[in-house]
Amino acid sequence: MLRLPPLRYEAPSTLEEAVALLAEDGALLAAGGSDLVPNLKRRQYPTARTIVSLRRVADLVGIRVESDGTIRIAALTTLATVVEDSRLPKVLREAAGAVASPQIRNQGTVGGNLCVDTRCDWLNVPDTWRQAAEPCLKAGGEMCWVAPAKKDCWAVSSSDLAPVMVALGAEVQLIGPDGRRSIPIEQLYRNDGMAYLTKTTEEILTEVVIGPHAGLRATYRKLRRRGSIDFPILGVAAAVRLDDADICTEARIVLGAVASAPLRVPTSEEVLVGRTYNAETIAEAAEAARKLARPLNNTDLTSRYRTRMIPVFVRRALEELG
Amino acid sequence: MEPVTLTVNGATRRLFVPPQRTLLETVREDLGLTGTKHGCELGECGACTVLIDGVPILSCLTLTVNATDCEIVTIEGIGSMTEPHPLQRSFGEHGAAQCGYCTPAMILTAKALLDRDPNPSEETIAEAIAGNMCRCTGYLSILSAVAAVTEENQ
Amino acid sequence: MRSEPHLGIVGRAAPRVDALAQATGRVKYLDDLSYSGMLHGKILRSTEAHARIVAVDTSAAKALPGVHGILTGEDLPVAFGLLPVSQDEHALAVDKVRHIGDPIAAVAAEHPDIAQRAMELIEVTYESLPVVTTMTEAVETTEEPIHGDGPRNNRDREISLEFGDVDAGFDIAYHIREDVFFYQGNNHAALEAHGALGVVEDDGRLHVFSSTQVPHYLHRILAKVLEMPESRIRVTATPTGGGFGAKTDVFSHELVAGQMALITGRPVKFVLTREEVFYAHRGRHPVLMWVKTGFTSDGRITAMSFRTFIDGGAYGSYGAASLLYTGQLQTITYRIPAYRFEGVRLFTNKPACGPKRGHGTPQPRFGLEVHLDKAADDLGLDPVTIRKRNLVSPNTVTVNHLRITSCGLTECIDRVVADSGYLDKRRHLPQGHGIGFAIGAYMSGAGLPIYFNDMPQSEVMIKVDRGGGVTVYSMAADCGQGSTTMLATVVGEALGLDPSDLVVITADTDLTPVDLGSYSSRVTFMAGNAALEAALKLTDLVLTAIADELDIDQDAVEIGHGVVVAGDREIPWAEAARIAEARWGLLVTTGTYKPPKDIKGDYRGAGVGPSPAYSYSACVADVKCDPETGHVSVERVWLAHDVGRAINPLLVRGQIEGSVHMALGEVLMEEQTFRGALHSGPSLLDYKIPTVLEMPRVESIIVESIDAEGPFGAKEVGQGPLLPVIPAVVNAVHDALGIRLDAIPLRPDKVLAALDDLERGGPGRYGPTDLPDYTFRSPLRVDPPPEAVTV
Ligand SMILES: Cc1cc2nc3c(=O)[nH]c(=O)nc-3n(C[C@H](O)[C@H](O)[C@H](O)COP(=O)(O)OP(=O)(O)OC[C@H]3O[C@@H](n4cnc5c(N)ncnc54)[C@H](O)[C@@H]3O)c2cc1C
Ligand code: FES
Ligand code: FES
Repeated sequence: MLRLPPLRYEAPSTLEEAVALLAEDGALLAAGGSDLVPNLKRRQYPTARTIVSLRRVADLVGIRVESDGTIRIAALTTLATVVEDSRLPKVLREAAGAVASPQIRNQGTVGGNLCVDTRCDWLNVPDTWRQAAEPCLKAGGEMCWVAPAKKDCWAVSSSDLAPVMVALGAEVQLIGPDGRRSIPIEQLYRNDGMAYLTKTTEEILTEVVIGPHAGLRATYRKLRRRGSIDFPILGVAAAVRLDDADICTEARIVLGAVASAPLRVPTSEEVLVGRTYNAETIAEAAEAARKLARPLNNTDLTSRYRTRMIPVFVRRALEELG
Repeated sequence: MEPVTLTVNGATRRLFVPPQRTLLETVREDLGLTGTKHGCELGECGACTVLIDGVPILSCLTLTVNATDCEIVTIEGIGSMTEPHPLQRSFGEHGAAQCGYCTPAMILTAKALLDRDPNPSEETIAEAIAGNMCRCTGYLSILSAVAAVTEENQ
Repeated sequence: MRSEPHLGIVGRAAPRVDALAQATGRVKYLDDLSYSGMLHGKILRSTEAHARIVAVDTSAAKALPGVHGILTGEDLPVAFGLLPVSQDEHALAVDKVRHIGDPIAAVAAEHPDIAQRAMELIEVTYESLPVVTTMTEAVETTEEPIHGDGPRNNRDREISLEFGDVDAGFDIAYHIREDVFFYQGNNHAALEAHGALGVVEDDGRLHVFSSTQVPHYLHRILAKVLEMPESRIRVTATPTGGGFGAKTDVFSHELVAGQMALITGRPVKFVLTREEVFYAHRGRHPVLMWVKTGFTSDGRITAMSFRTFIDGGAYGSYGAASLLYTGQLQTITYRIPAYRFEGVRLFTNKPACGPKRGHGTPQPRFGLEVHLDKAADDLGLDPVTIRKRNLVSPNTVTVNHLRITSCGLTECIDRVVADSGYLDKRRHLPQGHGIGFAIGAYMSGAGLPIYFNDMPQSEVMIKVDRGGGVTVYSMAADCGQGSTTMLATVVGEALGLDPSDLVVITADTDLTPVDLGSYSSRVTFMAGNAALEAALKLTDLVLTAIADELDIDQDAVEIGHGVVVAGDREIPWAEAARIAEARWGLLVTTGTYKPPKDIKGDYRGAGVGPSPAYSYSACVADVKCDPETGHVSVERVWLAHDVGRAINPLLVRGQIEGSVHMALGEVLMEEQTFRGALHSGPSLLDYKIPTVLEMPRVESIIVESIDAEGPFGAKEVGQGPLLPVIPAVVNAVHDALGIRLDAIPLRPDKVLAALDDLERGGPGRYGPTDLPDYTFRSPLRVDPPPEAVTV
């Protein structure tokens, strides 16, 4: 049986205490733990010493829908809760429902999903395997096995909710040693497989806020081999607003699982905005998405295949919104 | 060592566990409830499913300390050879277990579904067990076994 | 026919005898066993793909408190292998490691964490050697072959056989077609990982519990490697959480668990992690194959030449047999008047391949059935007609000397074709939607045992106690297929008792007489026949005793449900048993089974392929393909299987559905691939087993040809139904999109590659074109049996 390495455990009852504990060396924050535990078991965090669990902190669970339509989802709310809440936009419920498996959705949280570690075929590997290959950059080694010529880590942003939240223009609330702050979720991510979040390790995500979004049409499409369990190897979140004459007034298209951060596709968005939303402009926007992302061979299936699927998935997503 | 209090199959258990102990290790090795199985220990197969407060959870991904004060139900807690749960009987009648290794987790997952939704469609049943791998049966007999226990079919 | 069932016990869809124990979580699998004072074992595995071991320094690990035992290669120097011809493994590496994951050292400690720590403290010094990972490399001469001394190539073994005059057959052909196919390797992925537990019992004997399908072979190999008499060892096979062939070899952890118990004096348990299971492997061989067939203008086969290159990984395992299986069973579905088979198994620095459900035959079956689909197109025939023109007939002998008895193939074909509407739908479904057809056949047990001997392959003993309780003893290990239930049903039918009222003791070398194991679909046929013989002897004793007691003719006494019926009297079974025991003494009977001698030829290689009976199946698959994404989904499968007789239709259906599931995994997504010598993903996340959401509706059609030699006419169902599904899906994709995928699995990127080829004006094909540069020795010419067919 694969077991966890020896660890210390802290379950503070306030966010402030949690923030303080996270400042210690080797401290890792655990929400549902469905990403953290397998990574720890695979010995992916050799410096890990302490698990800081948020389970005792009050008020981190629940969904509020305010009168103006603003949605506030507390960080520890499980994905299953999101799936079941009929007040929420369909796109969110479907994206949450596409994560992992039913059991993991009962355990995994929205905050954990948004902060889920980046993944790579050379990183998320068991122990003997890892020892058989030289460690990659993210595992403390000298080079990236996927793009040896480069000096960066290309591990893949694999959250299903992240692209959707970016498409919906959500904001996240963070608490850290310097107090609370709120940033657009797009700014939470950095296209760097190692330092994939812009927040500091002490900062805790407490809430996601989706502002009023009446009239926004949004959808999410996920590429994976099986209908369950598998991580996305491409995710497309699209949100558009159309006026009465079917002119697109706002468009946000976001790709997941093709880079180390969810990627906005401004080239596609620009094609749509200000023009009639029809098969032609959709096809043009889809084509424009092809150029942006260059996934590498570090997830299931080939990078060529995933690249080829980008315009297909973007087009299908946009068609659904027409 | 961390003190934990769990209700397991109705009985209160107080124990001390190392923080890194998973609930899978606790139920199998500390409590001797070996009906809970494991096929990957990484959240990928579903064989270790137990019910925590009525909800199917992967015990291999759960720290025992995090389950403190929770109500845990394992396969041993829902029926016995002499008084089986209807699902336990139905699995046999439909040939829904071959090697039987996925069976405890399948039954618990199905039980949680039926407790919430006594009349699920076949599609809903399939979605509910989509995190439980079975290598033997091809799942179809499992779907029939669960469907046979819906309120409508009882 | 071996007896006619008249009580309706055989033929009844009843739950498994252990159904409730399974459903309540009471079945004890290997890892569920524990002893007080038990130590936890761990195996240190190679991180090099090919290297000489210069030194293994265990001193730091030994010094770790809580460590009780450490073993390295020199502690268990005896080489072993399951086949007598392949004694090429050691419990722990002796001089070399040959793949990443090869076992090097073992530790036993008081706690798993200590064992883990101890492993980390062992220092291995390697001297790296050149690594061979592809078959193209393996055929080249090297100074450092994986086995033996250089210079030589990495050939494990080769076979070259010719039955009849193949060239003459091609000469008279109206049409000749050649194809090259590739079938990727894959893993069994039984849900339970392998494990073993060694205990020194109070009498000083070693007791090894293992999650194995072959307790008898484990017993023999333990004795050999541990260098102690078999009588000092007891092996108990625990119920396996799935086998599929994964647990039919003998593994390092089993031998080491035994030795570790002996040296520490404490119980020691080893359970593999999922990663280790992928390294232990013994899964499906990757096979590259070439087939050339000559046809008459109306589609009759005039000759066939089949060539296979099989990637064996680092050890022999069952490979010598696997290789022969890639060539020997083409003839049991089609009348092939002249047949040449050349095959070579190559060593590579990857985990060893071995037997997986269908052992060596799904790969050529895929090639053959797709090849015939194409040939039908060439000749303007439909896929059903071309096959029907060539089907074998019951009670014939094939060109390679296999004896065919019962054969329900025609009925299987007719049923799936009719039920699915195949002939009307073919070429008439909308673009992206297709239907495909294929057939297959498998053995009901290998004709020969794995080691040469003249003893029975299966032995069963039945004992009756004074309350009329019946206990059946058999070494057959239930790996989920339901063999225990089968034994109870066969004996139950003969004795008129409910199967669930019988006690069946299985898979324990101290308690049960020998059965060779749960592989090659041999248990129903062989253990079933042995059980039936023992049961019939017992009924005979009981009926005679009752006839004598009542002083009536024995013909007037017969078995009823729970009673012996004597005219208008019904004597309860328990009372009848007491009367019989008073008459005969202890009521113990035995039965044995040994396949007939005349089922095989006598050329070198003739030992693999013969079986006392063959099962037959036919499949139609309905698929939908997305031409833009290349995604293939199987919507519905019709599968007819000639099982001989369905001893328990519920279990038969279960085997069919399970086979369909496994076949769909293999054709659509499962593959054990490597980046160099590194496994591409030894986990259940990266290795894609279909979930319930990928599973289509399956129409299982049970065909009963009632085999004259099978127990109550039964043959097999554990493996055969897998075979036709794979080519049926591939043929359906052709019907859907007009492309030919000559390599599986049908990954979406490959589907698109074939579509691109079509778009560019090519044939719309994805697959291999070349074979490795390898010259086969000239074939051993074998005369076809006189009664074999000619054109
Ligand atoms: C087999 C398997 C399949 C999976 N498939 C998918 C999939 O398809 N799609 C997908 O998106 N995910 C998938 N996951 C990953 C994961 O289960 C989910 O993303 C889940 O939502 C993570 O939530 P959690 O609460 O369990 O995270 P945790 O494991 O608790 O945390 C994940 C990471 O986020 C950090 N974190 C957690 N909460 C916070 C917070 N409030 N503030 C700051 N940092 C935080 C943690 O420190 C950790 O680094 C899969 C996991 C497994 C094991
Ligand atoms: S053992 Fe927990 S999911 Fe596989
Ligand atoms: S019955 Fe064997 S894994 Fe499901």
